[in-house]
Amino acid sequence: MKYLDEYRDPKAAETLRRAIRAATTRPWTLMEVCGGQTHTIVKYGIDGLLPPEIALVHGPGCPVCVTPLETIDQAIAIAARPDVIFCSFGDMLRVPGSERDLLTVKARGGDVRVVYSPLDCLKLAEQHPDRTVVFFAVGFETTAPANAMAVWHAQRRGVRNSAVLVSHVRVPPAMTAILSAPANRVQGFLAAGHVCTVMGYEEYEPLAARFHVPIVVTGFEPLDLLQGIYQGVRMLEEGRVGVENPYARAVTREGNPHARRLIDEVFEVTDRAWRGIGTIPASGYRLRARYQDFDAGRRFPVTARPVREATECIAGLILQGVKKPRECPAFGGRCTPERPLGATMVSSEGACAAYYHHGRLHTLGSRTNA
Amino acid sequence: MPDTPNMDGWQCPTPPAAPEQVLLGHGSGGRLSAALLRNLFIPAFRDLGLNAEEDQASLSLPCAEPNSLRLALTTDSYVVRPIFFPGGDIGRLAVNGTINDLAVGGARPIALAAAFILEEGLALSDLQRVVASMRDACKQAGINLVTGDTKVVDRGKGDQLYITTTGFGIAPPGVSLSVRNPRPGDRVLVSGTIGDHGIAIMSVREGIEFETVLESDTAPLYDLVVAMLEACPTLRWMRDPTRGGLSSALNELATTAHVGVQLTEAALPIRTEVQAACEMLGLDPLYVANEGKLVAVAPADDAGRLLAAMRGHPLGRKAALVGEVVADHAGVVTLRSLIGGERVVPMLAGEQLPRIC
Amino acid sequence: MCLGIPGKVVEVYREHDLLMGKVDFGGVCKRVCLETVPEIAVGDYALIHVGFAISRIDEEEARRVFALLEEMGELDDLNR
Repeated sequence: MKYLDEYRDPKAAETLRRAIRAATTRPWTLMEVCGGQTHTIVKYGIDGLLPPEIALVHGPGCPVCVTPLETIDQAIAIAARPDVIFCSFGDMLRVPGSERDLLTVKARGGDVRVVYSPLDCLKLAEQHPDRTVVFFAVGFETTAPANAMAVWHAQRRGVRNSAVLVSHVRVPPAMTAILSAPANRVQGFLAAGHVCTVMGYEEYEPLAARFHVPIVVTGFEPLDLLQGIYQGVRMLEEGRVGVENPYARAVTREGNPHARRLIDEVFEVTDRAWRGIGTIPASGYRLRARYQDFDAGRRFPVTARPVREATECIAGLILQGVKKPRECPAFGGRCTPERPLGATMVSSEGACAAYYHHGRLHTLGSRTNA
Repeated sequence: MPDTPNMDGWQCPTPPAAPEQVLLGHGSGGRLSAALLRNLFIPAFRDLGLNAEEDQASLSLPCAEPNSLRLALTTDSYVVRPIFFPGGDIGRLAVNGTINDLAVGGARPIALAAAFILEEGLALSDLQRVVASMRDACKQAGINLVTGDTKVVDRGKGDQLYITTTGFGIAPPGVSLSVRNPRPGDRVLVSGTIGDHGIAIMSVREGIEFETVLESDTAPLYDLVVAMLEACPTLRWMRDPTRGGLSSALNELATTAHVGVQLTEAALPIRTEVQAACEMLGLDPLYVANEGKLVAVAPADDAGRLLAAMRGHPLGRKAALVGEVVADHAGVVTLRSLIGGERVVPMLAGEQLPRIC
Repeated sequence: MCLGIPGKVVEVYREHDLLMGKVDFGGVCKRVCLETVPEIAVGDYALIHVGFAISRIDEEEARRVFALLEEMGELDDLNR
């Protein structure tokens, strides 16, 4: 596949690996913001190819991981209604709410469906006029235009039996929160390339200046990651701050103006709670007042019950990069991918799930070598 | 490795609390399925002779001479939605799947029994189509279908049609394809492209359907097995990597035989379309089901001959040498990635779901 | 987050007043919404996320990065 295969080329990867080694003279901590990047790092064993001085911290960029427990519970309550067809991206289905997950709702007879695109929900709504089709609109800025489009189009076409449960998050405020935390150890960022295709990287420039960090707009293929790490390390070694964009084949400084307009038409910025981290100011989107008819939260009010996170789970500290998964007492024992206590163990790119699989080899490997 | 995970506490995890209900993941062929077997079925039937390590059981007749022919017995239920899919249907799958479970044990399939659970309201024409397809599949594989059963459940209590097939075969003396056979240094081969069946099913599933039709690879493999055993009598082990994909079959091997398995990503045969579909849905082809492929392990010296024999058979044209059995990291399957990094290929946890991330 | 896959636009059309297109991903085609990449033409590559094109891929920029990589590779070979 063009634009994928060439970015998995072993020879070019070796060139970059050498360049990274040559450029590195002391320890550096970089955070890859996006869960998709964590996925690539684990899938291709990229961390194992880096010099030992470079530590990668896995960022909070997994919408599945950071959706608040209250919202998951709300989704579960709505999905269990007989008059609702509840649609979601596949990976939200396994995230534990306070009592169960969406897969369990499905097992008990709820009509829960996996969709590929939010626009598919409009089609479903037209096919089932007697029921309300609710879409679980989660995601970062990347997904916001598609979700906005589904709402905008539903209103324009008068598809009254469709609604969305919005749980949208924005990246720059989260990066600000991470950099402002007293325990922060992140020295540079690999910015989430696909968020930047939509939003551009203008908003990162003041961030880089304020916190004196390098930010590299990074794609998702192995070569993209290696290139991002290389440029990040170079900037750190040379003491440069600012934003560099090696993912220019997909990202411009302004982003996608049409997509940004669409987001702005449907959503407005709001404070948002991040699972495990807490409320971050201006870090989310909610529907604008003129689209409130499509707000599933208003259409199906759920009495919010006080919820309690599993007390042992330290997903919050992990998502901020303060702690590593292995520092959690529940890790690998009471918390596994089959029975996760927290969302970072659920998503295939959640930091804990990645470590669970990855560390297994390391432990066994060192034992064999010993 | 930077910031090396030190997982001293990990080695003896507290077993995860058991879920209170059966989840879909229990049927995915991954870790939940394995837990169900280990915690529920094996304790109940162990002393009654349950063999959960292989896809089939082998029995000797009470009156037979030692080292003579043995009977092979296997059974499998088929639940698939939609019941007709590109390249096959539930009936063809039920015949081929059970034949393959016998074949990977080296047994010649002799006869099948089929039990049907029908949902009230199923169109008789659909049942007719499925039955005709099973007949064709039996003819093609040269196997008889000699007994069966039919039950009907209330509308809404079943998904159109479920089929259970039980297969009976004869295993020649002296052939041992136990999962405990493989040794470090052995080679791992697959008989063709992986993930075709699972992606074919997904490509027509509501919500994620593609414009392009991808066909299931469902096929009876006994003929290929004969060619393989002829070319390579030292063949150690075979399995048809159905649900849970190649990863589950190899993880079972690694766990049961206490060996490591090392795969080479660049060597894995994957159709461009299947790879593309996996990229789009965020799936890993190593976990996607196959219905007409097998994975085999053979001594290194014989692997070349075996590969040639596989490629010489119409069902093995895309066969490839994909990895090695190693002494390191016993119980764990690893993969050397395209760019040279290494990762663990764990057993599937729960169901594989399309992801956005 | 944000699985985005590059595909080649093989058809552009309007449906319910939305700009839509058929996109080929290595032999698998899918209908996607092109509303936010209105400048796209048949033959172009676009980055698709959840059935939605989020950007047009800039061939020139892609080539530029590879040219740099090749240069680095050659230097690397010389230094060894």
